[in-house]
Parts: sequence; structure tokens; C-alpha cells
Amino acid sequence: MSFQATRPNLLAAPAVAWLLAFMVAPCLLILGYAFFERGTWGGVVYTFTLENFERVFDPLYARIFVNSARIAATVTLLAILVAYPAAYAISRAPRSRQPILLFFAVLPFWSNYLIRTYAWIVLLNREGLINNVLRWGGYEGEPLSMLYSEGAVIIGLVYNYLPFVILAIYSSLSRLDMSLVEASRDLGAGPIRTFLRVTLPLTLPGVAAGGVFVFVLSIGNFVTPALLGGGRFQMIGNLVYDQFLTANDWPFGAALGMILIAIMIALLTLQARATNRASGTVREAER
Amino acid sequence: MMGFTRQNAGGRATLIVVFGFLYLPIVVLVGLSFNEAGLPTVWSGFSTKWYGALLGNSDILGAAWNTLVVAVFATVIATVLGTLLAIGIETRRRASTGLEALVFAPMVIPDIVLAVALLSFFSRLDVTLGLHTIVLSHVIFDLAFVCSIVRARLKHFDYSIVEASRDLGASPWTTFWRVTFPVLMPAIVAGALLAFTLSIDEFIIAFFTAGAGRSSITLPMQIYSMIRFGITPEINALATIVMSVSAAALLLSQWLNKDQLR
Amino acid sequence: MNDAPTNDDPILRIEALSKDFGPVRAVDAVSLDIRRNEFFALLGPSGCGKSTLLRMLAGFEMPSGGRILLEGEDISGLKPERRPVNLMFQSYALFPHMSVLRNIAYGLEMERLPRAEIRARVDEIMAVTDLTGFADRKPEQLSGGQKQRVALARALVKRPKVLLLDEPLGALDKKLRERMQLELKRLQHDVGITFIVVTHDQEEALVMADRMAILRDGKLLQCGSPETVYENPTDRFVANFIGVMNFIEGRIGGDGHFSAKSVRLPVPHLAAGPTALAIRPEDVGIEHGGDAGIPGRITDIAYNGLDRVLHVAIDASATPIQVRVPARVEAGHAIGEPIRIAIAPDRCKFFPA
Repeated sequence: MSFQATRPNLLAAPAVAWLLAFMVAPCLLILGYAFFERGTWGGVVYTFTLENFERVFDPLYARIFVNSARIAATVTLLAILVAYPAAYAISRAPRSRQPILLFFAVLPFWSNYLIRTYAWIVLLNREGLINNVLRWGGYEGEPLSMLYSEGAVIIGLVYNYLPFVILAIYSSLSRLDMSLVEASRDLGAGPIRTFLRVTLPLTLPGVAAGGVFVFVLSIGNFVTPALLGGGRFQMIGNLVYDQFLTANDWPFGAALGMILIAIMIALLTLQARATNRASGTVREAER
Repeated sequence: MMGFTRQNAGGRATLIVVFGFLYLPIVVLVGLSFNEAGLPTVWSGFSTKWYGALLGNSDILGAAWNTLVVAVFATVIATVLGTLLAIGIETRRRASTGLEALVFAPMVIPDIVLAVALLSFFSRLDVTLGLHTIVLSHVIFDLAFVCSIVRARLKHFDYSIVEASRDLGASPWTTFWRVTFPVLMPAIVAGALLAFTLSIDEFIIAFFTAGAGRSSITLPMQIYSMIRFGITPEINALATIVMSVSAAALLLSQWLNKDQLR
Repeated sequence: MNDAPTNDDPILRIEALSKDFGPVRAVDAVSLDIRRNEFFALLGPSGCGKSTLLRMLAGFEMPSGGRILLEGEDISGLKPERRPVNLMFQSYALFPHMSVLRNIAYGLEMERLPRAEIRARVDEIMAVTDLTGFADRKPEQLSGGQKQRVALARALVKRPKVLLLDEPLGALDKKLRERMQLELKRLQHDVGITFIVVTHDQEEALVMADRMAILRDGKLLQCGSPETVYENPTDRFVANFIGVMNFIEGRIGGDGHFSAKSVRLPVPHLAAGPTALAIRPEDVGIEHGGDAGIPGRITDIAYNGLDRVLHVAIDASATPIQVRVPARVEAGHAIGEPIRIAIAPDRCKFFPA
């Protein structure tokens, strides 16, 4: 109905102003920096250049990009593979229990990211819990060095973002009309074919939302590679960090940041399109 | 996880494995914080001595105080702005894609990018960095989360009660304080609690906008430098305390939100 | 003292009231007089503008044109909280965070009445609406019928000059609705307040209203007592909307007769041209024996206990004619059976096409 606040735009104005001043303006500023040269002693020299973007193709940096993308893709895939069965199990649990299960699945996500990552150092290091368990189990060889490796980074990222993917997929599953699944079974499809032909396509928007989120946050991650990958292991996030805090090449760091934003926008747009198309199909089917 | 039927045995097993994966690292951490020896090698007995050690560490206490100051200011500002924003968006006659994107952006933008952007911005404007710049920055994502929680409540909000209040003789102002605000209250508090935990836990943006020197170090920054230094039993104790505070705030937030949906 | 208000003066006068939403005219120059203490129904299909009209009376929509006079005073520009008129919302709009008592007292608190008076008036209205004992319940603990009574009590306790009710029984189930129709009418009589009810249910309007107005596409089609509107609809839409009506499309010839295939009736005073004949099912008779009347064949029989509705296909009408007959008198008909029906000319209405 036509409930009107006195002036909706006036109510939104302070927050919008805040976001424009402290989010949009800073992002536009570094978008600008990305097209300028760095000064000899750091800082920004206002001479237009595309060099910062060309440097991305320098084999040294291109390798980091490819590595980051590969790791982010692996993390995304693993997170979905673990999250889907978990979300499915929650959605099939008794209705009264679902909110609690969901809450505890998501709880770690809201707790301190550093601490969650640090917990894996405790588990994985040479004197850590896993090596200790192995030793009690009779393992005699050298302690396994699991920390400071690509595998550790991947585990850390999957661990940190898994709750969100569970949440995204669950919200799709909980909206799924169970009579569609029953109809499919009634029409002669087995459980597996029903899952592949009905359940999965209809919950793809949730999978896409979770996947895009994990990919974007993983590829730009800084803390996990720094802590679990050790100093030797670099991803784009670390590269940006270095340009601003150690290499003092702000324009290049800005260009890298803009590339991360571009990747984010591209993936979100794709995901929105895919979701629209999927819901379009559902509407079509309902007619 | 009781109450599953037999067909759901597979689901139950899945949940046990996934919840094990999610909680094992946390449980180990909490367990070690009470280990006399402080290391995973041996369990030498229950002790709270590492918690005691924290209390004697003035660096940690100072960082904790800074964190609290930042979180309180950021939460108060974000709760007011985010609530007004939510009401503003939900009462617009037409949805605005630009506005939606603007409000969604803080939740998905890679934090390292926002962090370097804010650093560039503040130094370009010659703003002295410190706790106040962390507050300015934290409000960005805090208000987005407050807004999304209040909006969810507004979607189930029966606007005719606002009209009913006017019809019964209440002015718009009285209507807001006696009807709209009390009904939205649980969502607003839930949003504020979430914003508070986000601020307490946020590391990267604080790291970039805090400036040099110990005076504006927050707890996550303190923890980060301790972790880089190596595993110490104090970190386990500190981590346990920080996680407990977050979990308590979230439980409360969830409880409030559930209550209002009944 | 000629201009002193008397009981015959309208309490509410609506003058050429219009409302535009962009290019859409939701209410189109509606003029109505509502009498003191009357139970008035605004009736029409959804989207006819009846709710917009009600919301203009309550003050939630500003008219695009025209005036609203309450006891001779123009209230069109007043804010909702300043109008001595109250609305009972279709969704009831009970404040979820307040008890029944707090909900009902709310409007009196806004008038800043003394605590004791508020308490007394709330107790009184709760007794009248049969809510005693529910004071401390929250709305979520009430049944649909109880919520409806709380909403009613909350509006009535303010002693408004006019009570507006938006689909007051819409959310109740059929049995409860029928009981509440009479209940509402009794209550209106007891409290002596003018009621204006918006409804899309013509049966409800016929049962409850002293007078009713039928709206369509924002326009007022007819206003009158239920009996007048039922017996003498002035508009083809009204004839069709209120009760059940059979229509036969035909024409009036220069000879003063209406004819459509096998139907031929004398209509002395009407203009010639294409015309629709309208007759109610209870006004159609059955010819027993002989070859008088209009030949047809029974296509359906609906038994309602008290009476029986025969659907009779005739050559003059694409849809079968409904004939309502006493069930016990006209027993033993079968589908497919040939039958002859009789249409009494004096019971017919004619609408030029």
C-alpha cells in the first residue's frame, strides 16, 4: 500500500552522503591514481600513463594473477562441493531445527577472521596438533610441513568462506517448492535424475551467489596468504598491500585494486544475469 | 541434530563432518588456551594463567580499549544512518538500481581495495590518521549491514499500523516513536550488535587507516603482529575472549531477530 | 433558525470528489450524501475506486478535486489525525507490540484524556464488543474474529462522527462472516454512529446496509436502499452485479414489442433499437402443459435446499436462462428435459445496448 515516510530521500541522504564521501570518492581517487606515474620517492606524479596496467602483463605479475585466479577458482569449487551437501542436509532437517543448524553453520563466519586463520596455524604447523596426533599414532618420520603452502592457503580460504556458501545455497533450497521434486519422482525420475534435472537447476542462483562471493573475496585476499602461505606466497591482495606499504608505488597498487574491482563487477553482473534468467524460466514454467 | 529420520542418516553424517570441520579448529584453540603448558605438544593440566598474563599486558589492554572506542562510535553512527537509510529505501515509491548498488557495494568490495582507497583518500586530504579515521571507515560497511537487517524487517512490516496510528490521532512524530520504532527495535538492535562485532573484528581497513604509532592500534592489529611473531599461549587466550564476545553478541542478535518474527 | 442541523441533514456530504494517480482517474466526480446514523455501504468490484474514496474520507489520500463536508465543515485538507472520523483497517492494523488494552486506549491517549476516563471508556467499549477478559492479550494471541473486534473497539472508543470500515469482514471465514454481518448491524444501532462500509461482496451489502452506493471505474452508478437497487437497477452493470440476473439480447421494434428469436413481449413506452432484457431468476416462471411460453431444454439443475435453480437453454440467449423455483414444488425435473418458461413483462427491466 502507499505508506509514505515524510521524505524517503531525506532519510536516505545522510547514509548516501557518507558512502559517497568515504567509499565512492576514495575509489574514484585511486581509479585516477591508476592512470598516473609514481614519483621517484613514492607519491604520485600527475602525468597520464597506461604503464601501470601494462605492467600487469609483466611475467612476474602475470604469474601472480594466474596463480591467484587458479587458487580462487579451486577454493570456490571446493567450497561449493562441501557447502551444497551441508545446505541440503540442513534444508531436509526438521523445520524447527533448521534455524539453529543454520545459525551454527554461519556463526564462525561472523567471528574474527584473523583468529580463524590463526587456528589453522595451530593445527598445521610442524609442532601443531596434526603432527602431534600423527606422532601419537605411531608416525616416526619427519613432521609434515603443511603450513606455508598453497594447500594451506586453500584450506584456510575454504574454511573461512564456507559458512557463507552454505547460507546462500540454503536460502535457494529453502525456497524450492518441494512439490516439484515430488512431481519429478511421480513422473518416473529417480532421486539422482531428479536432483540433476530439477533441484540443481532451480538452486543454481544460490550456488552462483555463493560462488561469486567466495571467488571475489579469495582472489583479493591478503590475510590468509600472508599468514598461511608464509612470506614467499603472493596473491593479488598481497601485491596491492606491498605497493602501498613497502614498494611505495601507489599508482601500480591502485591499478591492481581497480582490476580487482573490475573482476568483482564483471562476476556480479554475470551472476545477476544468470539469476534473472533462472527466475525467468521459473516464471515461464509457472504460466 | 537429533530428530532426523532414518532416510536422513546421510544428511546427519554430512552435517557432523561439516560442523566438525567448522568447529574443530576453534575448539582446539579454546582448549589450548586453558592448557598449563600452552602448547599442543602436551596437556599439562587446566590453567587460567594465560588469561592472567593478558591482564598484565598493557599493549593488549590498550589495543582492546581502542577497539572498544572504535566499535562503539562506529556502531552508534552506523545504526542511526543505516536505520534511516533502510526506512528511506523501503518507503520509496520506485526502487533505484543505483541506490541498491551503492548499499550493496560495501558488503562485497574486497577490503584490501577499500583499505588502500581510504589510505590514499585521507593522505590526499592531509587528514591525520588515527582512531577517528578508523571510525569513519568502519561506518561504511557497518551501516550497510544494519541497513540490510532493518530492511528485512521492513519487508514484513504492516504499514497499515502507521496509518492506524495517524487515524487514531497521533502525529507523524508520535507515530514514529510509539509505533514504528518499537516494532523495528529488535531489528535495529540486532543490526547494531552485528555492526559491533564486525567493527571489533575488522583488521585490514583498520590497519591501513590507523596511521603509525601504538596510540591507535586495535586488537586485531595487535593479534596480527603477535601471530606474525609466532604462536604464543597468550594469543589462544586472547582469541578465546574475542570469539566469546562476538558469539555472545551474535547469539543475542539472533535471539532478538527471531523473537520479532513470531 | 432554518439552518440548524436536523436529523435529515446529511452528516457527511461528498461533493464531486475526484482522485487522479498519474494518468489514472481512480475516483471520478463522486457526489454522495450520507445521513446521520445510517449504515452505508460502498460497493463495487476491486479497482472500482471504493477504497480510494474511503482513504480520502480518512485523510490518507488528498483529493484531486471536490470537497468533503462533515456536518457542513470542509475537512478535505485536514490531516488524518485531525479528522473526527476513524477507520477500521482491512488488515485490522493492530499494533503488534501492544496488548489489547493498550491498542484500544491508544487513540484516547492521543486526545490526552485523564487516565480514569480512558480506563472507563476502554472498559465500556470492551464490554460492548465482547472483549472483556482479553485486555492483556497480545494481538498474535487472538483469533481472527477477536482481532476484528479489537480493531472495531479501537476505532469506536474514539466516538467518531463517522466510522469507516474497509472490508471489515473480508478476512473471516464464511460462517463467522455471516454471524458478524448481523452483529455489526446490531452494534451500529447500539452505539448510534454513522458507519460507512467498503465491500466487494454484494450479499454483505444487501444484508447490512441501510443504503448503498455502487461504484465502477471510479464513477458512481447508483445509490439507494438495497431493495431499490435490487428491484430497480438503473444501470445494466448494477443489474448484473447485484444478485443474479438473466439477460436476453434483442431489439425493440417500431411495433412496441421486444423481440429476440422465440421471445416476444409488449413494451409500449420504450424507444426502438437494440436492447437487453433483464429478468431475475425468481421472476421466470414455468409453463405446465400447452404450448404457451418460450420453449427450452434443461441443461443443469442446482439444488439449494430451499429452492432449485434450473438452467434452461433457449434459442434467444447464448447462456442458459436461470429459473429459480421452490424445491418442493418443482421436483422431478431431469437434465435434457424439454420445458417451457414464462417471462412476465412487468417484471422485466430493459437496458438500451
